[in-house]
Amino acid sequence: MPDTYQPRILAFFCNWCTYTAADLAGVSRMKYAPTTRVVRVMCSGRIDPQFILSAFAKGADGVLIGGCHPGDCHYLEGNVKCLRRFRILQRMLVDLGIEPERIRLEWISASEGGKLKEVINAMSADLVRLGPLNLPDALRSFDAEVLKEETEAEVQELVTIP
Amino acid sequence: MSTKPKVGFYWCASCGGCEESFVDVAEAILDLAQLVEFAIFPVAMDFKRQDVEALDDGEIFATMINGAIRTSEQEEMCHLLRRKSQVIIAYGSCAYSGGIPALANLVSKEALMKYVYEDAPTVVNPDHARPQTETLDQGRMATLPEIREMVRSLDQVIEVDYSIPGCAPNPKLVLAALQTLLSGERPPKGAVLAPNVALCANCPRIDTKPRELSVKAFKRPHLHEVDPDTCLLAQGFLCMGPATRSGCGEACIRGNMPCTGCYGPVDGILDQGAKILTSLASLVEAHDEAGIDHAMEAIVDPVGSFYRYGMAKSLLRRKIDLPTPVAR
Repeated sequence: MPDTYQPRILAFFCNWCTYTAADLAGVSRMKYAPTTRVVRVMCSGRIDPQFILSAFAKGADGVLIGGCHPGDCHYLEGNVKCLRRFRILQRMLVDLGIEPERIRLEWISASEGGKLKEVINAMSADLVRLGPLNLPDALRSFDAEVLKEETEAEVQELVTIP
Repeated sequence: MSTKPKVGFYWCASCGGCEESFVDVAEAILDLAQLVEFAIFPVAMDFKRQDVEALDDGEIFATMINGAIRTSEQEEMCHLLRRKSQVIIAYGSCAYSGGIPALANLVSKEALMKYVYEDAPTVVNPDHARPQTETLDQGRMATLPEIREMVRSLDQVIEVDYSIPGCAPNPKLVLAALQTLLSGERPPKGAVLAPNVALCANCPRIDTKPRELSVKAFKRPHLHEVDPDTCLLAQGFLCMGPATRSGCGEACIRGNMPCTGCYGPVDGILDQGAKILTSLASLVEAHDEAGIDHAMEAIVDPVGSFYRYGMAKSLLRRKIDLPTPVAR
């Protein structure tokens, strides 16, 4: 692995807190690892575990979820719903061969730009240590052993003289 | 020469339960036998591969294939049947989404073979003999199919027109599907020939499902008495009803057992396990980590519970740190 390896983190940030914290970190000119792609969601409770699995399947090395501190949810309990799913999802992902450090849930309020910076730096360091997950290549290789048959269109292509 | 449409029924990595369900169509099978002629049906009738090879391409009207796909021989037969059939139906959970056999995607082929041929308590094999694809015996070459690194659903190997999920499928759905197809009607390609609603919608206990469900701690059905009339989730049992397609006739619920998810998800769901996880974890009452973990302690094997029938069709498809399949 080249030492220039930059992990790719897909981040889901709650509109009311962590997304605003990221904004604050930006206007405060805080510097942190350029590893994160942010998706703004209205609530961490909106994050379907399908999003997280899709992120890994499509090439994310890690998934970071940022929500409001317990008790501060704009929708009362969305963040607690997220926590309930997260606890069992993390356990399940370990059984599927994905290290627990690759998925992280943090409560970051709108004023905690500094915490956002620390969390992203810490997670990036964890992921550099783990190395790339590289699921898209793995998924592509899965069917390499299967018997293939030319589809009708391909056969037509073979027999048709252009 | 008969002009009845030909129908095939083939099996791959399966238990035979799908054949049972086909026989469970019961006396209606006699009417069906008037309408169609079997081209291949290994479990009940004597057809050989050569008989199928002798048919014209597309001569079979519809072939129902059950079982997951793991060997080279199964792949060959599926390709052959695809060529000879106008319609291919993935029949049962294994062909549809991998089923129980696809849980083998959580271990490597090497680990599997080592256990089956060496470590299992009933095995005596001092030479560590393993099945070979080719063995020379008294001057003759004996061959066996190759076992693949992974288990696959039928649509990961050949093009599939329709699916009838279930472990095993409800005979009523099977009969309805065949009648629809024989009438000349063709549902949109890729359709799952079962209702597109969750099991809860048809559950005989739906009236006892509280509006606000909340679970203190999940329970395992073999350790507790199960009330035969109350919603199983309200009792705290892990029931996959909210995230599982209906159509089964709710047989498990009527037998006082929670749904295990064999009909797969409804349309539009990418990952059955993720969806079941979402619906069940959200019911937990606790607000703190320790309480939440305690509530879900009884889910001892999350993958096995949430992907019991859907591992092959899940987004990750297998445990991801196993050896990758070698390209042919």
